[in-house]
Amino acid sequence: MNAAVETRSAPRALRQPSVLPGFGLTFGFTTFFLSAIVLLPLAALVLMSLRLSWSEFWEVILDPRAVGSYRLSFGASLLAAGINLVFGFIIAWTLVRYEFPGKRIIDALIDMPFALPTAVSGIALTTVFAQNGWIGQYLEPFGIKVAYTWIGVTVALTLIGMPFMVRTVQPALAEVQKDLEDAAETLGAGRFHIFRRIILPTVLPAMLTGFALAFARAVGEYGSVIFISGNLPMKTEITPLLIVIKLEEFDYRGAAALGTVMLFISFIMLLAINLLQAWGRRRHTRTGR
Amino acid sequence: MMASRATQIFVDEHATRPGRDTLTTAFVRAFFIGVSLLFLAALLFAPLATVFTMALEKGYEAYLASFSDPDTGAAIRLTLLTAAVVVPINTVFGLAAAWAIAKFEFRGKSFLITLIDLPLAVSPVISGLVYVLLFGLQGWFGLWLQEHDISIVFALPGIILATMFVTFPYVARELIPLMQQLGNDEEEAAITLGAGAWMTFFRVTLPKVRWGLVYGVILCNARAMGEFGAVSVVSGHIRGVTNTMPLHIEILYNEYNFVGAFAVASLLTLLAVLTLVVKSLVERTGYKGH
Repeated sequence: MNAAVETRSAPRALRQPSVLPGFGLTFGFTTFFLSAIVLLPLAALVLMSLRLSWSEFWEVILDPRAVGSYRLSFGASLLAAGINLVFGFIIAWTLVRYEFPGKRIIDALIDMPFALPTAVSGIALTTVFAQNGWIGQYLEPFGIKVAYTWIGVTVALTLIGMPFMVRTVQPALAEVQKDLEDAAETLGAGRFHIFRRIILPTVLPAMLTGFALAFARAVGEYGSVIFISGNLPMKTEITPLLIVIKLEEFDYRGAAALGTVMLFISFIMLLAINLLQAWGRRRHTRTGR
Repeated sequence: MMASRATQIFVDEHATRPGRDTLTTAFVRAFFIGVSLLFLAALLFAPLATVFTMALEKGYEAYLASFSDPDTGAAIRLTLLTAAVVVPINTVFGLAAAWAIAKFEFRGKSFLITLIDLPLAVSPVISGLVYVLLFGLQGWFGLWLQEHDISIVFALPGIILATMFVTFPYVARELIPLMQQLGNDEEEAAITLGAGAWMTFFRVTLPKVRWGLVYGVILCNARAMGEFGAVSVVSGHIRGVTNTMPLHIEILYNEYNFVGAFAVASLLTLLAVLTLVVKSLVERTGYKGH
């Protein structure tokens, strides 16, 4: 509303007049630094991949080893984001709706995967889920191998994505109006009916945003995965690792081609996340809260 | 104390919700808390505990002795140096970006915000790769740099650049929403009353946003010290020279020196815990990060 009025009053001006100083300095520094550190290097990546001809480019990115790595990277990331969709909701629900001893510490620890270096979570998860590890030893008799398989990759990606889901769903769940639930219950709605008709519609945009954030983060993840994955070509090799291998073989163009594919996917995810968040905001304003 | 409060809330909830089946509610509650705790125990608490049990597996002497390894010392120094360069630069950038974006209305603003967030969406491997493609031997400026005997990749400048890329948005994205929310009224009053630009910034704006700034800086620092993927690509893994702490963990781990690897990991874990403690303290002042 406000923005619409402002645009109408100054349709051609690049910037609204203001008494505050420093626009030129701060805007100039921001765009210069952004270009130097982020934009030009990313452009160099795309340009490097253009040194390949079209057929060479396709050959690199559709190479069976590369396709195998996409399958693992995207498959495990989707699965991990799906696991987080369920468990992230349960954790967010627990933290929003229930009181129990130690809740504040648990709430603070949700951010741990953000703050913990990925190399640390990588070696720690590998140790816990190895055949003789704390958890791995109980899965071993059932024939479930976690470390050095795709299951381990999924476990690492689940841990990395968990805070994104919980922190996105938590505020949305806190918004659910309890009086609506109570009213529905008084009118005879069952538990699942209330969940489906009142709670789910309110938190759905947040859950999808969390899913997309967790997925986007997982696809690019490197540090926590390479320790637990075993890194066998075609089997447990993720795409970021394949890029590193190509660089170590001084195949800069091949690395750039794969990097361009991943960058393209990052852009699509970024767009999807922005659209989901805009949808969530629209819903939010429409319900009048 | 804690239990009685929980019971009280439990009772209150039931008093206001007469229709609810108490037994089912209690069961659902236990189920949700149980599943949450089990999930976090397996995925988060067990790995955290492992770091310290593995580090102390052979006793305190072995733990402390692992820090006297000169390569470990060099890795710690390099990590501290990198953070000491990167965090102040990204803090200045974050303040400048937040001032331009929050204090003024201009076209393409949301596009600029998206671009600032870009490093968060990009794989860390790509964050390192771009600098190798620019400054590596077969990169765009590789030959020129070699002729002039300048090394960026596989040396300190590359590590700093890659870390800067990865931690680029952290301060800015804390400050932008905070400054937008706090508004410009005080700043406009200060300027109208004759305060200079810098005075307004240091005496009005900075005190207003200080907790958000602290929050952004500690997050930026945690990521700078812990970055693995991007730095791994540009560092070249030269022991004692271009090995940061996370890279040194990888080397020690692959050499089956588990006490050494987890000893270094325990330091970074403590840093992460410290980061979360500062974050909780900042949130207690009323500032809520997003």
